[in-house]
Amino acid sequence: MTDYTFAYLDEQTKRMIRRALLKAVAIPGYQVPFASREMPMPYGWGTGGVQVTAACLTPEDVLKVIDQGADDTTNAVSIRKFFQRTAGVETTEHTAEATLIQTRHRIPETPLTEAQILVYQVPIPEPLRFLEPREVETRRMHALEDYGLMHVKLYEDIARHGAIATAYAYPVKVEGRYVMDPSPIPKFDNPKLSDSPALQLFGAGREQRIYALPPYTTVVSLDFEDHPFAPTKADHACAICGADGSYLDEVIIDDAGGRMFVCSDTDFCASRRTATGEPADA
Amino acid sequence: MEALSLQGGFADPARDAARAFRAVLNALARPGVIEAVTGAQPPAPMSVAAGVVLLTLADPTTPLWLAPSHDLPALRDWIAFHTGAPLVGPQQAAFALGRWDALQPLDRFAPGTPDYPDRSATLIVDVPALEPATHRLTGPGIRDAATLRLPGDEALRLNAGRFPLGLDLFLCAGDRLAGLPRTVKAEAL
Amino acid sequence: MYVAVKGGERAIDNAHAFLAEERRGDPAVPELSVAQIREQMTLAVNRVMAEGSLYDPDLAALAIKQARGDLIEAIFLIRAYRTTLPRFGASRPVDTGAMACERRISATFKDAPGGQVLGPTFDYTHRLLDFKLLAEGEAPVAPTAAPRRELTPHITEFLNKDGMIEVEVQSDVTPPDLTREPMELPADRALRLQSLTRGDEGFLLGLAYSTQRGYARNHAFVGELRIGTCSVEMEIPELGFAVEIGELTLTECETVNQFKGTKTEPAQFTRGYGLVFGQTERKAIAMALVDRALRWKELGEDDSGAPAQDEEFVLMHADNIQATGFLEHIKLPHYVDFQSELELVRKLRASAADALREAAE
Repeated sequence: MTDYTFAYLDEQTKRMIRRALLKAVAIPGYQVPFASREMPMPYGWGTGGVQVTAACLTPEDVLKVIDQGADDTTNAVSIRKFFQRTAGVETTEHTAEATLIQTRHRIPETPLTEAQILVYQVPIPEPLRFLEPREVETRRMHALEDYGLMHVKLYEDIARHGAIATAYAYPVKVEGRYVMDPSPIPKFDNPKLSDSPALQLFGAGREQRIYALPPYTTVVSLDFEDHPFAPTKADHACAICGADGSYLDEVIIDDAGGRMFVCSDTDFCASRRTATGEPADA
Repeated sequence: MEALSLQGGFADPARDAARAFRAVLNALARPGVIEAVTGAQPPAPMSVAAGVVLLTLADPTTPLWLAPSHDLPALRDWIAFHTGAPLVGPQQAAFALGRWDALQPLDRFAPGTPDYPDRSATLIVDVPALEPATHRLTGPGIRDAATLRLPGDEALRLNAGRFPLGLDLFLCAGDRLAGLPRTVKAEAL
Repeated sequence: MYVAVKGGERAIDNAHAFLAEERRGDPAVPELSVAQIREQMTLAVNRVMAEGSLYDPDLAALAIKQARGDLIEAIFLIRAYRTTLPRFGASRPVDTGAMACERRISATFKDAPGGQVLGPTFDYTHRLLDFKLLAEGEAPVAPTAAPRRELTPHITEFLNKDGMIEVEVQSDVTPPDLTREPMELPADRALRLQSLTRGDEGFLLGLAYSTQRGYARNHAFVGELRIGTCSVEMEIPELGFAVEIGELTLTECETVNQFKGTKTEPAQFTRGYGLVFGQTERKAIAMALVDRALRWKELGEDDSGAPAQDEEFVLMHADNIQATGFLEHIKLPHYVDFQSELELVRKLRASAADALREAAE
């Protein structure tokens, strides 16, 4: 423990990240550039989320880390261990017990509360990046609120496929101003972005950007009147806990290609089984 | 430099700053919420809360302007020793510290640019009190509506009208503080 | 029954143990010491220092040992360590004109003051495997001569005297710092050079090569390539003067490039510049070519649309730590986003099938 400052980063770096976080909160959905540091884990593996978490953690926090909704995926385990070691904070797998949750690709099924912060790991923070690769251009588009390109892309999807062909990292508009990438969460999770009691923070380490959604912020998934946004999931119930409203992972269970569908949120699934008296480790 | 200037900083900088930042973050993310903070003992007339905000956010990379109400030798020394923030004029300031009237007019501070609206000043305002409420607040961070005592309203209304440009404020009274991001809309009660 | 990947923690611990065993290799073979790597794998050490942006041969050698010889992994270890170091101040600019040269060659003049000094180069070795190295115990000794006492002038200075080459504008402006501020585009030349000097050698090599093959060809001659040691000085405010705090081995390449002139400016040679930690010749030459290609706008040249002219493309993709991290992250779990794609493709296929059926009816 004494080998590291609290939460690994030096104080000057934390102040720099904290200042960026405050500006991000003050301008919901706008990507604040920050001088991301090299972390002892690779870029692309959550360095942005880790830096945001490190800048926000207090000794009293209870930390939960999930990847793909699960606490026990290897990268979630690795990041949780990093903070246990460098900040000595308590950790949990239970959404309801956590005060700070770092996530990759999911929003927990259990509704969040005002006492919680959700930190997203973001690979490509720029929602316009795959339409326009140049930062100089996309920055201008955000400044001018010129999102025509995005609407054209979504409209071309409809013309070609009859539907908007974006299933994750589905773009949203924040408070009627900035178009934002919600990170590669499935669009099933998009409605949970809006009016959340929790503060939501987004960190992109390699791309050096931080952005935020204050609590109770209006977040709208982009759509058209005749093609309204619809969150989707596999049309099954969880084969383990029976939940029919949770996001599901598809698992191949035999050589014949047989499938089963199980909750991606492992804590949600286990809590339901505990509640119905089934052993949680089945 | 007076010996007093060397005192009144965070005793355990990493942990004290972490707790202070969470309070500051929560205040800005939830306008109307009043947070109590500890750990700074700055010279008068700077409040404990304003001192905590500076210790948490200011350093040699953040130019600071002291409004006339706070531009005093003891305060300058304390800030120099504990933060190293260079003192500059209002136009260059990342942070500005002072009483509400001493900070006016607000249009002297950087509101950010259309490309970089984050490059805007943050004001740390020492006010006599945060209660009783004078205004009803709405905007991001607020469920339905919140209330707070504000030191003025015309300047704040103009500030909110420039979104996404604008200034962000911390109102400090004693050891308590509240946040006013540029997104807040305030109506007199 | 299937339960979502329990036991991640144990799997990670076991993988680390396996990795440590593989790193050591056959225990019957003596273990490599860090000193051996530092002394005998010097060019690998130099590359790790250059791209790790930290001049410390011992740490670079340690990183190479720990990384099992994977140099990008070693660079990553050095970068992650470097970022935790406090910064005490900034040195004065190093004076490469005062370099004690081990090697100094010019491709533009047959001879010049200071001479052509080959130094320890592979250039004229015949690339034949030397099976004598299979046997151990050899410690070759090279002939020596008295070191040159005078300064070795930069070759481009001679062109400068005739006004044949553009004059570098002197500036005392503090350059931006890539390691402390987010990259902001468009970038000035100081920021570009910072990015290039720590950029991936292979990436720069490929880009530089592409300019030679016609993708923004800039007709580069190696005006001078010099490798040697320079002293590093720091102003100590309390003392009021600068003191030497150490020395660095550097490789500097100045290219002389054709420039046809514009309506307002006569024909004149222009410059490309490379400066890299350690003996890193390939990298320094590549850097100079890419630097020159990126200068098209300030020199009033045409944008030919070549990759090496595209500042954002070059600067945003030169860093191998960023690149390898993002590239390799696609092996992390993506069940959730893949699942959402699966659902989408199933839905699109179903509606396409419906449409076909309707059309057939």
